[in-house]
Amino acid sequence: MKPSKEQQLWMYEHMLLSRYFEESIETIYMEGKTPAFNMAKGPIPGEMHLSNGQEPCAVGVCAHLNAADVVTSTHRPHHVAIAKGVDLDRMTAEIFGKKTGLSGGRGGHMHIFDAAVNFSCSGIIAQGMGPAVGAALSRQMQQKDGVAVAFLGEGAANQGAFHETLNLAAVWKLPVVFVIEDNAWGISVSKSASTAIERNSQRAAAYGMPGHFVPGNDPLAVFEAAGEAIERARRGEGPSLIEIETYRLAGHFMGDAEGYRPEGEKDALFAKDPIPKLRAHLHAQYGWTDSDDAALVTRCNARVDSAIAFARDSAYPAPEEAMEKVFV
Amino acid sequence: MTVATKERKLTIARAMAEAIAQEMRIDEKVFVMGEDVGTLGGVFGNTRGLHEEFGSVRVRDTPISETAFMGAAVGAASDGMRPIVELMFVDFFGVCFDAIYNLMAKNTYFSGGETPVPVVLMTSTGGGYSDGGQHSQCLHATFAHLPGMKVVAPSNAYDAKGLMTAAIRDNNPVIFMFHKALQGMGWLGTEKDAIVHVPEEAYEVPIGKAAIVREGSDVTIVGITSGVHHGLKAARTLAERGISAEVVDLRSLVPLDRDTVLASVRKTGRLIVVDEDYHSYGMSAEIISSVAEQGVTLKAPPQRVAYPDIPIPFTPVMEQWALPSPEKIIAAFEKMQKMETR
Repeated sequence: MKPSKEQQLWMYEHMLLSRYFEESIETIYMEGKTPAFNMAKGPIPGEMHLSNGQEPCAVGVCAHLNAADVVTSTHRPHHVAIAKGVDLDRMTAEIFGKKTGLSGGRGGHMHIFDAAVNFSCSGIIAQGMGPAVGAALSRQMQQKDGVAVAFLGEGAANQGAFHETLNLAAVWKLPVVFVIEDNAWGISVSKSASTAIERNSQRAAAYGMPGHFVPGNDPLAVFEAAGEAIERARRGEGPSLIEIETYRLAGHFMGDAEGYRPEGEKDALFAKDPIPKLRAHLHAQYGWTDSDDAALVTRCNARVDSAIAFARDSAYPAPEEAMEKVFV
Repeated sequence: MTVATKERKLTIARAMAEAIAQEMRIDEKVFVMGEDVGTLGGVFGNTRGLHEEFGSVRVRDTPISETAFMGAAVGAASDGMRPIVELMFVDFFGVCFDAIYNLMAKNTYFSGGETPVPVVLMTSTGGGYSDGGQHSQCLHATFAHLPGMKVVAPSNAYDAKGLMTAAIRDNNPVIFMFHKALQGMGWLGTEKDAIVHVPEEAYEVPIGKAAIVREGSDVTIVGITSGVHHGLKAARTLAERGISAEVVDLRSLVPLDRDTVLASVRKTGRLIVVDEDYHSYGMSAEIISSVAEQGVTLKAPPQRVAYPDIPIPFTPVMEQWALPSPEKIIAAFEKMQKMETR
């Protein structure tokens, strides 16, 4: 299935939102990180994993989802959260550790939960796969609408959880889609050094489910593959696995010197940036003009700026609030 | 005791299954999954009869894929279901521990309380059967140590039913630890004192509330599961010597009812804690610390009777030697008396 013009514009807009969000975070993150990259300091404390470059995975999949559908994401969650419709103000405040954050500062950037749109993520490789399968089981048992999508990195495909959950989802025919964002690097270890086969999508065959490989970090191709998989899940025909060739334009985490990257890889990646590519496509296909583009960019940037202002202006929680919400 | 009319003695296994069935009848969100919980009815009998009544959608056998179904329990609970999951032996939790202490225990906190995780996780504890070091541990403290999960461990069928009902209705994850020797399964031997009258109607035993199972004035013996029964047996022997022992059954490890323990120790002035879990860094240390922190004046140094810090050995002569027992409790009391008069 091909995306409509509206769907393409939606994908483009959310890629822009995500990209500018990440660029803004990247700048703010370095504020006050003294002495010498003190991770705990500054307005954004802690580890930071940026997802710029990986936007096609998020928008191509989430274009098919609504708030009722469940998404679990990874330690690199912002692009998916934005595409899933997570409250941007509260997510940003969470990343800043503020009281107005989604959990009031208890979770942080790797633990973003927004129950209103059924989004969650976690900091441990392959960890979100079980919960996605459980949400799908819940939907199946209650005969309730909605599918679950688990985003994972290519490194997660070598985890036990990957194999266990694929099998469980297949044996119970659950409405779940597993999406591998293959950015070629597990921190500093290349996929070729960590994975015995070239295509993780081939592993789907071992569990009797369709496996799709989407090359080229292309949001339109992701849309098509995801559409097929999600429709199959909605029809009650069971799970699918999608492997997307993507890349991160940043390091594994902020502060990563990226010494493991071969010479020239980074430049080549920027040359393939999916955002200008989609812009050119919109121009060629729908006569998307520079002024159309400027207006959209301005709107997206203003949205992000306002979320960041909300986060900056919000108060920190009282320290003793740490004792709350262990149990409900 | 006069319960002449309508005495209905059940094993812990039957009491657990009855509580689950009753909750499944009134709440369609409650379901059971785990290894061999279906037609077999659970290796320890906790799900007997459920598959026949509720079918394989609500009582589902899983593959032996603990990471997958433990993670799935978290996802289903977060989506509005109330899963009861069994993982046969607490020793097996290592293969899926991430899903337990990083997901089940933390997601509520990470979500600022917006995403409850109402899972009941049943598992067996305890040794004494030469089942070797990977099928005989208790690991009480391991779970009680990690915040975000309630932990209960009944010593008799009445508490087992009431705690199970409370656990299913609780909006938080509850680890339900049952001791193999108390289940009432013939092949595991039977602790007769664990088989008690159980009312037919549903009722809750509140999580986090200890019980005084025997009143006394000279020494407080605190335990859970098997430790309670060792304590009761020791108390009977001590009574023959004119010593009055009070026995406290904690029933819950999280939340921990320190008040009941403190009140008892204030009364008796002596404390012995019995735990089949490992000696060091365990529940026994926690109880003794809690009393010490309150500055309760003791007549003798408190003692712990626990499993030594060794993997559980296979051969009966070693394992039985290492397990807590009534005799060890009496020996601990005698040691206290000597230290007292010194």
